[in-house]
Amino acid sequence: MFESLSEKLGKAFKTLKGKGSISEINVAQTMKEIRKALIKADVDFKTAKSFTENVRQKALGQQVLISVDPGQLLTKIMKDELSVLMGSTHSEINLSGNPTVILVAGLQGSGKTTFTGKLALLLKSKHNKRPLLVACDVYRPAAINQIGVLAEQVGVELYKEEENKNPVEIAKNAIKHAKANGHNVVIVDTAGRLAVDEKMMKEIAEVKNAINPNEILFVVDSMTGQDAVNTANSFNDILNFDGVVLTKLDGDTRGGAALTIRSVVDKPIKFIGTSEKMDGLDVFHPDRMASRILGMGDVISLVERAQQQFDEEESRKMQKKIAKNTFGFDDFLTQIQQIKKMGNMKDLMGMIPGMGKAMKGVDVDDDAFKGIESIIHSMTPHERQNPAVLNGSRKKRIAAGSGTTVPEVNQLIKQFYQMGKMMKMMQGGGAKQMMQMMKGGGGGMPGMR
Amino acid sequence: MGIFGFFSKDKKEKLDKGLEKTKENVFGKISRAVAGKSTIDELALDDIEEALISSDIGVETTLKIIEKLEERVSKDKYINTDELNGFLKEEISGLMQDSYNELPDVEGPYVIMVVGVNGVGKTTTIGKLAHQFKQQGKKVVLGAADTFRAAAVDQLIIWSERVGVDIVKQDMGSDPASVAFDTLQSAKANNADVVIIDTAGRLHNNINLMRELGKIRNVMQKVIPETPHDVMLVLDASTGQNAIEQATQFTAVTEVNSIALTKLDGTAKGGVVIGISDQFKVPVRYIGVGEGIEDLQQFNKTEFIDSLFN
Repeated sequence: MFESLSEKLGKAFKTLKGKGSISEINVAQTMKEIRKALIKADVDFKTAKSFTENVRQKALGQQVLISVDPGQLLTKIMKDELSVLMGSTHSEINLSGNPTVILVAGLQGSGKTTFTGKLALLLKSKHNKRPLLVACDVYRPAAINQIGVLAEQVGVELYKEEENKNPVEIAKNAIKHAKANGHNVVIVDTAGRLAVDEKMMKEIAEVKNAINPNEILFVVDSMTGQDAVNTANSFNDILNFDGVVLTKLDGDTRGGAALTIRSVVDKPIKFIGTSEKMDGLDVFHPDRMASRILGMGDVISLVERAQQQFDEEESRKMQKKIAKNTFGFDDFLTQIQQIKKMGNMKDLMGMIPGMGKAMKGVDVDDDAFKGIESIIHSMTPHERQNPAVLNGSRKKRIAAGSGTTVPEVNQLIKQFYQMGKMMKMMQGGGAKQMMQMMKGGGGGMPGMR
Repeated sequence: MGIFGFFSKDKKEKLDKGLEKTKENVFGKISRAVAGKSTIDELALDDIEEALISSDIGVETTLKIIEKLEERVSKDKYINTDELNGFLKEEISGLMQDSYNELPDVEGPYVIMVVGVNGVGKTTTIGKLAHQFKQQGKKVVLGAADTFRAAAVDQLIIWSERVGVDIVKQDMGSDPASVAFDTLQSAKANNADVVIIDTAGRLHNNINLMRELGKIRNVMQKVIPETPHDVMLVLDASTGQNAIEQATQFTAVTEVNSIALTKLDGTAKGGVVIGISDQFKVPVRYIGVGEGIEDLQQFNKTEFIDSLFN
């Protein structure tokens, strides 16, 4: 999406390059494109409109330098504006009160229960708290079992009353229980409810009044569309919540709802959910979200994802091997496996700035590494350990065995040595240097075909 | 016509009520945009565009409608609200697909595999579907192949008890393909009419989980060839433009045959049905317009559009 937006902006500004400042006329044509792009990212129509107006104001009169593409300049203005709109710094959760009472609310299927499990784990492990989870979803079948399983997984106590169908009473009793048993945080999970369901909205208001929470969190699915405005407004009217939790950001949504919610209710986004696992809870970074909504590359997330998948033990072993010059094809294979674990190749490439455009229309085969793998699999263990022995006749045999050609085998061997070099370099400078290499067009990923 | 053709007054009321918000928000806005005007000018067109876009119809589909409207207006400047409604009704109808009314005849049980991202309402939809099939006198077997999410199997067991149908299950964490295999074997042995397989929610960009769906499918075919007959993608009506991406990705792996759109009563943006029908050529088969067990309705294009406009 952004690829085409940036192209269009580029075209609209082409005549302008090096010829002065951005004027009313050339901005006008581009604003519609920007608005469209934002709406495609699920930003609410009105928010998109006022946002583009802001950008227009800022853009007018900006000097266009020869070195800077006006499209890029405008993109930068947009990104800065977006970051500001979403709150420039991140907000912490309020842990005052003893016990701290946290109420969690949201629509059905937004991910409340999973979030409460994650939050309990976070507070327990990072804040040294003793949380109590409270099961107040008395409606959905097996909801109590679900939170029970999660409580067990993260090792915290669950308060439940299986026969009681009154969430207000359960919540009140839970707080008594927490006080009596030395829990310093109480996390109250509630049933999913539609903002239009008056009866259920009244119920959550009653829960709120009964337990007087220190922190009310509104959980919302990052894939939410234009209705985010209504939902956020309705929940805010009833609960006046303190913060927002944005879930399922490991999907590929642009997450424009984040911007909408921020701008209509002006409440900070405090957490984001990034996986189904219990440790998949992160603090919110407005600038990263801005990049995401605009569809710009997100190098930081890429590096983090790489770090997450990277087995430290494995990497220590690898480093030793490199140092001792015993890095073989088997290790090369392991490396490929790790890259593959990071996810869809096209997704990964898309996260690298500038790659988005280059990748347009190119269908990256998920099995981009297949050729490499089959070549290596056709080598004997001895050859894999001692690449130096690969002579003409061995290469011929390998080519035949893997259904490739000798030049292809040669190319792989060359890439293998290059990778060895690169990894030696990384031992010195770490990931930063590697990113520089990637940006500097050092051939990109080795072995990509 | 069978039981599906029967559209009771109750059902219509529920549909009207479920779509009330969308109607107010979208079509109310359109009416106001042209109210008191004798011609549709640039400004009114802008307002109509806004109303359509903010109903989650999507940019592409909205532009399609607006272009047609512009064409019409350039020929015939004086179109009043009624004519405008008629025009929109016709255009939207042209963009949507009709759903079939009865289960096709197949050898052995009719097998439905239910897929979708997390939290869209797969298990609840299955419970409601099972109820409907049971009401029609069909013998239903459920397969609890969501062995991942905490208590997902328990949730489906409660539904099976509530509705009174059989369920095949294994322990949490077991191989979902194996559960599907067992379910089909049991259904075959017991001459079931309909099998519904629940699967774990998965984000469509998670390749490994998406591949798992392919595996479940392959294993099912070992028991009964040509199954699943219907891969049903469940979408949450409050999802925005990502719904199209979900539909595309799930189709790439499992060839989605039908769509169930849930929680339509909770959103003022029912337009997503229209956008999906237009951009993604798979029929919407069920819509959820309320929380009751009866509130999962067979989607009917004409009734849906009538409900929006009248």
